[in-house]
Amino acid sequence: MSTRDEILTRVRKNQPAARPLPEVPLFDAGRDASLATFASSLMRMGGKLVDAPGDSDLDALVARLYPEAKVIASATPEVSGNRPLGQLQRPADLEDVDVGIVRAVFGVAETGSVYLSEHEYQVNALGFLSQHLLVLLDPAAVVVNMHHAYRHPGFRTARYAVFMTGPSATADIEGILIHGAQGIRSLTIVPVPLPTR
Amino acid sequence: MKRIDHAEASSKFIEATDHAEFHDRRLWDLRKKRDRESESLPEWQELRGLASAIKEHTLTHLADYLEQFEAAAQANGIVVHWARDAAEHNQIVHELLAAHGVKTLVKAKSMLTEECDLRPFLENRGILVVETDLGERIQQLDDEPPSHIVVPAVHKLRTDVAEVFGRTIGTDPTNSDVHYLAESQRQNTRPHFVGAEAGMIGANFAVAETGTVVVCTNEGNADLSMHLPKLTIASIGIEKLIPRIEHLGVFIRMLSRNALGSPITQITSHFRAPRPGTEMHYVLVDNGRSERLGMEDFWYSLKCIRCGACMNTCPVYRRSGGLSYGATYSGPIGVIIDPTFNLRKYSNLPFASTLNGSCTNVCPVKINIHEQIYKWRQVIAERHQLPMVKREAMRMAGKVLASPKMYRLAVEAAAAGISHLPRTLIYNPFNAWGKQREVPGAAKQTFRQWYVANRGTKQ
Repeated sequence: MSTRDEILTRVRKNQPAARPLPEVPLFDAGRDASLATFASSLMRMGGKLVDAPGDSDLDALVARLYPEAKVIASATPEVSGNRPLGQLQRPADLEDVDVGIVRAVFGVAETGSVYLSEHEYQVNALGFLSQHLLVLLDPAAVVVNMHHAYRHPGFRTARYAVFMTGPSATADIEGILIHGAQGIRSLTIVPVPLPTR
Repeated sequence: MKRIDHAEASSKFIEATDHAEFHDRRLWDLRKKRDRESESLPEWQELRGLASAIKEHTLTHLADYLEQFEAAAQANGIVVHWARDAAEHNQIVHELLAAHGVKTLVKAKSMLTEECDLRPFLENRGILVVETDLGERIQQLDDEPPSHIVVPAVHKLRTDVAEVFGRTIGTDPTNSDVHYLAESQRQNTRPHFVGAEAGMIGANFAVAETGTVVVCTNEGNADLSMHLPKLTIASIGIEKLIPRIEHLGVFIRMLSRNALGSPITQITSHFRAPRPGTEMHYVLVDNGRSERLGMEDFWYSLKCIRCGACMNTCPVYRRSGGLSYGATYSGPIGVIIDPTFNLRKYSNLPFASTLNGSCTNVCPVKINIHEQIYKWRQVIAERHQLPMVKREAMRMAGKVLASPKMYRLAVEAAAAGISHLPRTLIYNPFNAWGKQREVPGAAKQTFRQWYVANRGTKQ
C-alpha cells in the first residue's frame, strides 16, 4: 500500500464519530467599514495613512514622501516609477528597490489590513524585497472585518493572496518591537478613489 | 531511551536569576496583551466555540478533507507528497532539493520541520539551510532548538544574542542594542533570500476546498522564501486542515490576538498555486497524528493551532523555560502531545503542571489541556512509567488520603511542623516544595479544627 493510502486508511479507521460543521456568522452588527476605523487599526499595526494630494499628482507625492529613494517600482499605472516590472529576469532583481507602489483591492476596517494578490503586485516579491511600500486604496473599498474579507472571490482564483497589515516587524529579542524585520520597513496607505475607466 | 528530567533541567534554568525573571515577565506580558485583545471582541467566547467545532468537525471527517485538499492542490498545479513519519518527510524534501541541485534552502519557521529534525538531515547531506525568522535564526546559530513555538528565543536576553551573533555572523559582541542586532540579521539574511535555489514554509492552516496553504507571519521571511526561488515546498501536518475559506475568518481573528496580543499578524499569506515557471510541492505529514486521532481521551490535542497562549499563561512553563522539557513541544500543549511520540522518554512531562486549568481557559480551540494532563498521569502510572520516588510518594499519599483519621493527623502535624521546624529541615534538598520558594506560614487551625469549633461535629 502506498504511504498515501496507508495514512488515509488509518485516519478513516481512527476518526472519532462525526461532529457537525457550524455556520459562521459575519459578526458585523454595529461595526463600521469606514476609512477612519481602518486608519486607526492600521496605526496600531505600525502602518501610516497619508492623505491623497489635492492636485492628484501621485508622482510628486512619492517624491515628497521618499526624497532619498533612487529606485521606485510601481505596479500601478497611476504612478510612474523608474523600474518597469515587465522587464525583470527574475524576482530577485527587485533587490535594490527603495519604494514599491501598488494598488490594493480592498481594506479591512477591523485590522487595518489591505488585500493584494499577484494580479496587483505583478511580481509578488515587490511587497517584500522593497524597503518601503506605498499602497493606494479606494476609500470606498473597505469591509468591516475578516469574515467579510474572506468572501472575496480572489481567494478562489489567485495563485497568491495576502493581507498586509503594517510593515514587517519582529519582537523576537526581549519583546522590543522593530519595524523592518526581513520585509518592508514601512507601509503607507494613500486613500485614492479607483480611477474611472 | 533516557527519561527527560524536567525538574532537574528547570533547576538549572532558575539558577540564572536575571534570565528566569525576565522570561517570567515577558511571557506574562504576552498573556496580558492577549487578555486585552480577546476582551475587546464581544464575540470572543463565541469564536472559541466556533473554532473548536470547526476543528472537531474537520478531524472527524479528516480523510475526506485530506482527499479534497490533495485534489484541489493538484488541480492548481501543486505536487502533493505524503509522509508517514519524520524519516519519510526528510527523505522526500531531500530528494526534491537534490533533484534540483539546490545548494541553499531558505526556510521560514515551522514546528513540523523541528519535529522531523529536518535541518541536520539536510545539512549532513551538504545543503545549507538558513532559518530566516529572527528568533529561529538565533536558535540555529546557537545550535539550540526553539524554546517556544511562537517566540523561539524568548529565553535569551539581548546580551546573549549579541554574543551569539558576534560568534557567528561577525557583529560586535559587546553591542547588544536590539535595533542593531535585528538589522544585522536582516543584512546577513538578505543575500540568502536572493541567492537560494529553494524556499520552504510550514502551514498554519490548509484549506480543503481550494488547496490553499495559509501562513501567518510578522517578519516577511515566509514570503521572501516563497516569492524568489524556482522551487518551493510547504510541509503540512495533516491536522492543519480546515474545510473552507470562510472558516479562516474565525481562526485569523483569533490566532495573533491569542498568541501575541496583536489583532492580526503583519502578513497573512495564502499560497494556492505556483508562480508561472516554478514548482511548488506540498508534503502532508502524519508522524503519529493518525494514531493520536484514535486515542479517545487525547485526540482533542489535534485541534491545536499553535498559538502558544497555554505556554505564556503556565506558571511552570514561565519559570522553567521551554528547553527544560527536552522536547519539540513544551509547555501545557507539549506535555499532552510529547507522550504520544515516546511515552517513556516524556513520562515526566505531564507532572510539570499545577493543574490550575489556566491553559484550558486561554485555549482558542477549547482543548481541555489540564484534563488531558491529568489523564496522562493516569496512563503513565498504569503503564508503570512513574519514577520510584514519585511512585513511593504517591503510594504513601494514597494511604493517607484513604483514611480520614490519618489525613487529619498528617495535616495537623504538617501545620505544626512548618511553624516549629528549623529552616534547615524545611529547606533541605529532600523537600521539593522548599526549593526556590518560601513555604507559606501555616494557619493557626486546620480547616477541620475550625469547622468543629464553629459548626459543631454533626451537620
